[in-house]
Amino acid sequence: MRRLTYHEPESLKDAFALLEGHGETAKLLAGGTDLIIEIKQETKTPDHLISLRCIPELQDIDYSNGELCIGAMVTHRMIEQSKLIREKFSLLADAVDNLGSVQVRNVATIGGNICNGAPSADTAAPVVALGAKLVLDGPAGERQVNVEEFFQGPGKTALAAGEILRAIRIPTLPQGAGSCYIKHSRRKAMDLPLLGIAVIIVPDDNMVCQEARIALSLAGPIPFRAKKAEAFVTGKPLSREIWEQAAQVAVSESNPRTSFRTTADYRKKMICALIPRAAETALRRVNKAWMKG
Amino acid sequence: MDERVMAVKISFKLNGEDVCINIDDHITLLDMLRDNFELYGAKEGCGYGECGSCTVLVDDVAVNSCLMLAPAVNGRSVVTIEGLSGPRGELDPLQKSFVEKGAVQCGFCTPGMVMSAKALLMAKPRPTEEEIRKGMAGNLCRCTGYTKIVEAVKDASEKEVL
Ligand SMILES: Cc1cc2nc3c(=O)[nH]c(=O)nc-3n(C[C@H](O)[C@H](O)[C@H](O)COP(=O)(O)OP(=O)(O)OC[C@H]3O[C@@H](n4cnc5c(N)ncnc54)[C@H](O)[C@@H]3O)c2cc1C
Ligand code: FES
Ligand code: FES
Repeated sequence: MRRLTYHEPESLKDAFALLEGHGETAKLLAGGTDLIIEIKQETKTPDHLISLRCIPELQDIDYSNGELCIGAMVTHRMIEQSKLIREKFSLLADAVDNLGSVQVRNVATIGGNICNGAPSADTAAPVVALGAKLVLDGPAGERQVNVEEFFQGPGKTALAAGEILRAIRIPTLPQGAGSCYIKHSRRKAMDLPLLGIAVIIVPDDNMVCQEARIALSLAGPIPFRAKKAEAFVTGKPLSREIWEQAAQVAVSESNPRTSFRTTADYRKKMICALIPRAAETALRRVNKAWMKG
Repeated sequence: MDERVMAVKISFKLNGEDVCINIDDHITLLDMLRDNFELYGAKEGCGYGECGSCTVLVDDVAVNSCLMLAPAVNGRSVVTIEGLSGPRGELDPLQKSFVEKGAVQCGFCTPGMVMSAKALLMAKPRPTEEEIRKGMAGNLCRCTGYTKIVEAVKDASEKEVL
């Protein structure tokens, strides 16, 4: 690996100062499971790495005032093991369940997953479906960006030079909501998704859809909400047929590409197959929540 | 700039002992363990987080030492396969299970396998087979077909001594 200098600031203020001092030659380091590989492959060549490991503000999961706030340095393992997230934000727990290995999840962070901007990021579709806001902090102060606007293209995000993602803010889902994320990949473990499908459903007492959110990743250059499909199911009884039709609508909104992993056509077929399946699981989880009282 | 100047002094616990070393910032934990401490148990299979043969424990959780920079373990605790055996070289019960169940063939994956299994059992002393398979999904073995490895971990989990 090429030579570089490692910094481990203990406050955001020190991190900003280091970022400013070293400018383009510095990169932020979270778990390193994307970045260290890129440095080894020399696709990124920073002279300075600024580790966020010791900055206290970035490390916690907090749930209060109807909002889940996940620090950028929270690892996938912490999310996997959070009972609260599994119960109330099931699709996010789904997203990390098969993300890499235990070794990867122990160090890899949600902040790194989002900031890397990879179309294959497993947390991307879930955070888009959840309507998350990203708290970006810079020397000039804090700003909040809707996660949908944050993703701008493969590997391109709204993060400005000198900024650090501090936290991901997620509003609580409406009462009686169920959710699910399906990662479609060739192997069950240690594989990147070919397609990511996130569904959130809120049915009323008569199983009529009050609200639906569908977010897809790898169905276009950036993760997105299939708004037409969402509008299609809203107000309709939640049957398999309705979801199959909604999936067709979602396909018309998507623009997947043919890559070395698979073809655009296959991805479209899988959108049709998996949206109803994700909806079914989401609905089952609603019922479970109800049975618990 | 003189490249020597870039070395930093770090101290950490290695297999239970306090150690201190000057190390260049860009050296991975794996390279430091092998080249500077002559601990050759952890191995580089891929260098990219895919195979798990470099697995060690940092603060009691399994990590790929090929993706961690050496200075990042400053002040922490690192345990390698060499740290599992007792003072007179007696094997850890988990290692014994690997031997007894025939879970070792060429042995290249074994130190990483054992460290992943150790981390799993420390967090969850009685894992189900499914939990064992999921907990060890990041460790590849090209010889055994995994069956005997899973058996070994199961066997160790049933020993009272853990
Ligand atoms: C074997 C293996 C398997 C994997 N499997 C999967 C998988 O199944 N699904 C998946 O989605 N990913 C997978 N990954 C990719 C990777 O683990 C994830 O993307 C991970 O979440 C990245 O987080 P990190 O903390 O390691 O980020 P790092 O590598 O440290 O950082 C990634 C990028 O984000 C920037 N960054 C990090 N934190 C911040 C911050 N707070 N503010 C601003 N910028 C920041 C860094 O500068 C860098 O450019 C895998 C990786 C490996 C090695
Ligand atoms: S050498 Fe580290 S995971 Fe393969
Ligand atoms: S025993 Fe040979 S790779 Fe596992």
